[in-house]
Amino acid sequence: MGQGTAERVVPVPPVILLHRRHRIDGDRIFQGLAITAGLLILAIAAVFVVALFIPALPAIRAFGLGFLTSREWNPVSLRFGALPFLYGTLVTSLVAMVIAFPIGIGAALFLADDARLRFIRVPLSFAIELLAGIPSVVIGLWGLFILVPLMRTSVEPFLNHTVGFLPIFQGSFSGSSFLTAGVVLAIMVLPILIALSRDVIRAVPRSLREASLALGATKAETTWSVILPYARAGITGAVLLSLGRALGETIAVTMVIGNRPEINGSLFAQGYTLPSVLANEFTEAVGKLYQGALFELGLVLVLITIAVNVLARLLVWRFKGGRESTTV
Amino acid sequence: MNRLGLRVLLDRIVTTLIIACVMAAAIPVFILLLFVLFKGLPGILTPGFFSDLPHPIGVPGGGVFNAIIGTLIIVGIASLLAVPIGTLVGIFLSEFGRNKVGDSVRFVSDVLTGLPSIAFGIFGYTVLVATLGHFSAISASAALAVLMLPVILRATETALILVPNSLREGGLALGAPRWRVTMQIVVPAAVGGIVTGALLAMARAAGETAPLLFTTLGNEFLQLNPGRPMGALSLTVFKNALVPYTNLQDQAWAAALLLVIIVSVTNILARLYVRRAQR
Repeated sequence: MGQGTAERVVPVPPVILLHRRHRIDGDRIFQGLAITAGLLILAIAAVFVVALFIPALPAIRAFGLGFLTSREWNPVSLRFGALPFLYGTLVTSLVAMVIAFPIGIGAALFLADDARLRFIRVPLSFAIELLAGIPSVVIGLWGLFILVPLMRTSVEPFLNHTVGFLPIFQGSFSGSSFLTAGVVLAIMVLPILIALSRDVIRAVPRSLREASLALGATKAETTWSVILPYARAGITGAVLLSLGRALGETIAVTMVIGNRPEINGSLFAQGYTLPSVLANEFTEAVGKLYQGALFELGLVLVLITIAVNVLARLLVWRFKGGRESTTV
Repeated sequence: MNRLGLRVLLDRIVTTLIIACVMAAAIPVFILLLFVLFKGLPGILTPGFFSDLPHPIGVPGGGVFNAIIGTLIIVGIASLLAVPIGTLVGIFLSEFGRNKVGDSVRFVSDVLTGLPSIAFGIFGYTVLVATLGHFSAISASAALAVLMLPVILRATETALILVPNSLREGGLALGAPRWRVTMQIVVPAAVGGIVTGALLAMARAAGETAPLLFTTLGNEFLQLNPGRPMGALSLTVFKNALVPYTNLQDQAWAAALLLVIIVSVTNILARLYVRRAQR
């Protein structure tokens, strides 16, 4: 039977040949189109890099590396330095991570646990996704009109009263401050931190968890000595990705930080960050050098966030690699 | 025995702490939404909010018609640019992307995802505003399109990879060429994930402010020409919040509420769609 079919198929009619050539062309066009689209992304990225460098060039030429270490920001005498903004960016992001880290990991542990309180976990996940979608300008508006007065009249005096022996909690209460910006940033990075750590914690093999519980460990002990050590690299990656988000957040921080290019040891002081000075002074910046200095701040910001992000991806990737090798 | 009691007590404390963390994460969301709702609702219900242009400072009343139209046009053009390209790149990654080119595209798109939104504003400014010599809505659309691309292409890739290989093999076995298998079998099977990615990207773009500051700049008047500066809802919120006039601040709250509604409805639609497509 097989031989019979083969005999009938071997002489290929010219119509099919034609059809087949046609078919190969379609595939080639399609594949070419897809590859072109992929290359387009790489081209956009290359243009992106150039587009970040070009407008910053006047300032790079004028100030060199001294730009990063100078504290002066004076548009009148045209002397510019990035240090106050670097400081502001790092301090606000650090405050944000200090607040968001414990809350985020705790919430992620809760959401990753399949056994507890299923009926409140679904609406909670939904609420957190909703928060992730709220535009930063809306959070900034809320921060400006609700959080800033609250910080000035209650939170800052309270902190000063209770832990005021620490120099970071001293000084006058302004409301618009490093601390307020940090709180706003913490609220903004929580959804991404929770979502990423939840996925990492869920990826811890069930067998490890069950083995620990079977050996008589309590849930808390299992979490502390089995789940968290296993998920450490992945959680570090999640924290770094959230940190990258916090470093680059612009609008909400601009609205609550007070916009003062100064380095001050107190968290109650007004400050400035890299993205917020860029957003704020961009429209009023006249002259190539002033604009160039602002764009160089943007460039510095992008380089920092890329470094943090790449590090984070490497960690998450290593975590995934580790997981595969254990399950095999 | 005593030691066991201690361990159980510790377990209880940790459980309580974890629930406290959940509360600490969820409560700000509700406070925030309640404030936006109560402070924005009166403004939204004011007659003329949707249909009037902003009044000059000091003149009460006025609306955000220009900003609503501006947001729709800017995000519309950005989506027209980003959705087809993003989907195509997603197809490339899943069907032809197991090589060096595919890996570098993935890497670049991950880096783009992590960039601060203000960087896209600088990109739009240098590439379009500086070369054209003036601010325009189309440069905002271009900046937002680049911001949307990584979201769309990763969502498309993920959705396509989830399509079982047996479907592809079935199509190829029936004699269909690769492109027809992809376009008529694989993509339709994954359309839920693709649409969700596109909607999520649009929601994110609609809420962005920083890229717009550098590209479209804002406009108090109605502008329908994408080659000119346009207003946008997010810009209205930002600018009106920072002026010391209560009627403008009320308008900022109302515009914020409208923005939250637009973004949340898009987000919820996206999730509902993927659920329906999975069924």
